[in-house]
Amino acid sequence: MSLASKKDEESGLSTYYNNKTTVIQEARVFNDSPISPRKCRALLTRIVYLLYVGETFTTQEATTLFFGTTKLFQHKDSALRQMVYLAIKELATTAEDVIMVTSSIMKDMQPNSEVIYRPNAIRALCRIIDPSMAQGVERFFKAAIVDKNTSISSAALVSAYHLFPAAKDVVKRWVNEAQEAVNAKGSGSFFGSNTGGNSYLGWGSSSSSTTSGYQAIPSTSYITQYHALGLLYLIRQQDRMAVTKMIQQLGGGKTGSGTVLKSPLALCMLIRYAAKVMEEDPNVQRQMLDLIEGWLRHKSDMVNLEAARVICELKNVSPAQLQKPIAVLQLFLSSPKSSLRFAATRTLANLALLHPTAVATCNLELEQLISDANRSVATYAITTLLKTGNEASVDRLIKQITGFMSEISDEFRVIIVDAIRSLCLKFPAKHASMLSFLSGVLRDEGGYDFKRAVVEAMFDMIKFIGDCKEQALSHLCEFIEDCEFTKLSVRILHLLGVEGPKSPQPTKYIRYIYNRVVLENATVRAAAVSSLAKFGLNSLDDKLSKSIKVLLNRCLDDVDDEVRDRAAMYLKVYQEPPLADIYVKEESVFSLSALESKLVSYLSDPEAVAESFDVSSIPKISRAQAAKEASRPSTLETLGAPSTSKAATPPPPTAAETQSAYASQLAEVPEFETYGTVLNSSTKPAQLTESETEYQVSVVKHIFREHVVFQFNVSNTIPDTVLEQVSVVMQPQGETGLTEDFLVPIPQLSSANSPGIMYYSFTRDTPEEYPIGSFSCVLKFVSKEVDPSTGEPEAEGYEDEYSLEDTELSAADYIMPTYVTFASEWDRLRGGVNVTETFSLPAMDSLKAACDSIIEILNMQPLGGSEDPQSPTVHTLQLSGLVAGGGGKVLVRSRMTYAKGQGVALELAIRAEKQESANLVVAAIM
Amino acid sequence: MGLSFSSLFSSLAWWSKDKDVRILMLGLDSAGKTTILYRLQIGEVVSTIPTIGFNVETVEYKNIKFQVWDLGGQSSIRPYWRCYFPNTSAIIYVIDSSDHDRIDTSRSELLTMLSEEELAGAPLLVFCNKQDVEGALKPEEISEKLGLAGGEKGREWSVRGSCATKGEGLEEGLDWLVNAIQKK
Repeated sequence: MSLASKKDEESGLSTYYNNKTTVIQEARVFNDSPISPRKCRALLTRIVYLLYVGETFTTQEATTLFFGTTKLFQHKDSALRQMVYLAIKELATTAEDVIMVTSSIMKDMQPNSEVIYRPNAIRALCRIIDPSMAQGVERFFKAAIVDKNTSISSAALVSAYHLFPAAKDVVKRWVNEAQEAVNAKGSGSFFGSNTGGNSYLGWGSSSSSTTSGYQAIPSTSYITQYHALGLLYLIRQQDRMAVTKMIQQLGGGKTGSGTVLKSPLALCMLIRYAAKVMEEDPNVQRQMLDLIEGWLRHKSDMVNLEAARVICELKNVSPAQLQKPIAVLQLFLSSPKSSLRFAATRTLANLALLHPTAVATCNLELEQLISDANRSVATYAITTLLKTGNEASVDRLIKQITGFMSEISDEFRVIIVDAIRSLCLKFPAKHASMLSFLSGVLRDEGGYDFKRAVVEAMFDMIKFIGDCKEQALSHLCEFIEDCEFTKLSVRILHLLGVEGPKSPQPTKYIRYIYNRVVLENATVRAAAVSSLAKFGLNSLDDKLSKSIKVLLNRCLDDVDDEVRDRAAMYLKVYQEPPLADIYVKEESVFSLSALESKLVSYLSDPEAVAESFDVSSIPKISRAQAAKEASRPSTLETLGAPSTSKAATPPPPTAAETQSAYASQLAEVPEFETYGTVLNSSTKPAQLTESETEYQVSVVKHIFREHVVFQFNVSNTIPDTVLEQVSVVMQPQGETGLTEDFLVPIPQLSSANSPGIMYYSFTRDTPEEYPIGSFSCVLKFVSKEVDPSTGEPEAEGYEDEYSLEDTELSAADYIMPTYVTFASEWDRLRGGVNVTETFSLPAMDSLKAACDSIIEILNMQPLGGSEDPQSPTVHTLQLSGLVAGGGGKVLVRSRMTYAKGQGVALELAIRAEKQESANLVVAAIM
Repeated sequence: MGLSFSSLFSSLAWWSKDKDVRILMLGLDSAGKTTILYRLQIGEVVSTIPTIGFNVETVEYKNIKFQVWDLGGQSSIRPYWRCYFPNTSAIIYVIDSSDHDRIDTSRSELLTMLSEEELAGAPLLVFCNKQDVEGALKPEEISEKLGLAGGEKGREWSVRGSCATKGEGLEEGLDWLVNAIQKK
């Protein structure tokens, strides 16, 4: 009820009273003389209220309010001062120049000041000071952390916790004080409160907590221990040994009775740290588990729950280890407090995913919870039962859920639908009742997330359970008849287009789909047109095909151009059946990131607009690859040269993403402006030095229409020298077909600004051909010592050289892997350039090794799984690639045989669109 | 008797009991502003650190409550002085008399501040502090350098010597300031 009335307030008078403009105007009261503490306090409360409900102030507004607030330091009223600190803490994040209150805060946090707002001052300090000033307040903090007043101690600990990321070295020195605060025998405090004693989620059980008899915890909360423990862990978290030792010390022996920790919150944190240590270091697992099991018998519910939860979430937990925590959770299931029941059922519901049999012992209690007055508890109970139950109970449970689906929130409905979804795959025989349940809830009112969960569950059933496909599709057809979510309609129409034509009676879907064309918005209409066309083009039934042609013809009159375009395109496909292979049945799609980067560079180059965009230069990938890529988070890795150790390596970028990043780097160099767009760049930098040397160099090759640019990433790892005029001198070995242009040296390279990038540019003598060759490289530079006192390099340096490994310009630098359907494409290129060569590779010791090296040398896409030879003696490798700079497609069919002692014999058949491309491939293998 | 009381009352009427007199104390860093503030408030010399921000204290002098704002003098903080200009009754400007090198900087900061509209008419008291240091400039010399005579017509002003650590010259200065404020 209280929630509802609060909402009323927000929408009524108080929106006027508490709005940003009014508050800013009324901030005049801060300038009144004399100020009125009551008025100012009320206004500050309103500012803080606005910030808490999510209102944002601009930097200027926040700064004005902040400076207004600082004027209130003239008044000694302690209630006002506390409010001032609250407001300062909130405004400090947006306002500028907040250091203006430093002096005032420092005065309030003096150890000898007996003011009640000293903790407030300490908590505000960490929000406003510059990290460099942390040292200046060190003495205050050390004293405050061990202050006997727990609220001061807590304030200092929390403040230190927030300061830590910015001022690690200073805060690390406070570890002894923090340790002392953990060990402090809680001497009682005026500010102590009685929360957190025995209820895990205080809001759920406040009424019953006084009668439950758990008053063993004295009247203080010992919250300081919790804060101190948090700080100690923060300081030590990089040092696993120290954390382990801390847990053992504070854990208090095997039974847990010897612990100094009295705060249940602190114990919960300790349990979490212990779980983390266990995960990272299997050697201490036994010890830690003993400790945690001891806490299962602690007198506080909160600690019991946390310990049980942590054991349940352990990786590779054995059924024997689960017994004790499950017994504890089982007790909580019949607790009178709904918060405990909730926490226990939630833990069990998660556990049931992996260990349904272990949870099954609680089934009796869970059954009773189905009718629990708290619907959240009931939801978790049912989902748990669905996972633990056997096939026979499914029908009954589904019936019970149907009873209260309408009473619970969308969030919980999604949980239930997800449970049903996994159940379908577990008991496919029960699909009929589950499908009817899903179709039933699909008709209920509900938000997008809920509907999407249901639709996705049905998609899963269609994909994995063949028997229910018909039924599920017709439910989905009914759903789109009255679906308010465009996104879902589009997905369903797409699925109908894929699955429908394969069904025994494709005609029955047409009416549903065509209805969308008549009734829906443009996006859905366009999707429906595509779906219809798939029926027409994929179906073997001529009559159906003809009727759909009629329908598509009608769509040509649509008001929306996307819908008309699609209809027109598919009608064209009707007239020219070969097109269907490309536009309707094609399995490959463009690599979207490559397409995007090419389009961006096309649009940014004013000269390119004269020609139309060349789509054939975009590599293709198969649908399976595309699906995989869509699920991969797209993160661009830094394109640095020799990468030093990285804590967490992001997923490697796809070749296309790397290329688009290179392209933007190159665009910043003015010398390359006239070169046009980059046609291809090597996928990853090739190292030219060992990884542990003083200077590290790697090379990336960029191919332009008429030029080749070598990009050298150079790192200087020696801290006290600076390298000037750094360049790599390249000496071609033999005839390469390249003429040297110029090089762009790195003016100055220190260890701080490493890696630096230098470029070496060549002109391709005949742009139609693909020069390859080898270059010897030498790093040349002027080395200068850095004067440690000034940080400036000395005037005199000496020239030095450092020889690098050779760099190769090879076929792989010109070719991009691309996906095609090999058989049809091979046939199509029959009339193109055909070259066949035989080679023998005596050094290869298996067919797999030969495949791997051919793929690496040519940088082409292996097709149809042909990169993994099935037979040890005979194999055919199929490759496809796209040659940069208009070289077109090139396909390679490589038949190979292997005989022990003779190595691999190879017959390489190449079909390409251009002679030069074929020559390139042959030259690469030779 | 009644008459004399009421006349006394009327002359003091502008600072009724709850109305504080707001005074800004400004000057370059390490001129001695914070030391002066606490010397006036608690009568002691406290050890100070450079003020980052400001100190504000109520100083009672001859039954009048002054609310003294001591703003930090570091160059990074000077831009924020103006945030505290409104409603100012008087200005105390403190100069380190022994700091010959920065007297010009001090002068230009002072003149910039005096040209602010919000401070128009507010009486100005300049303390030439650290008179006890050997080689310190005399108040007359500083007054000459500041060039207030003849230039400053819109307000009452006075340049006086002081020594905060010994407490010399401070009370005389405040006496002058009280008079100047009353006259306004």
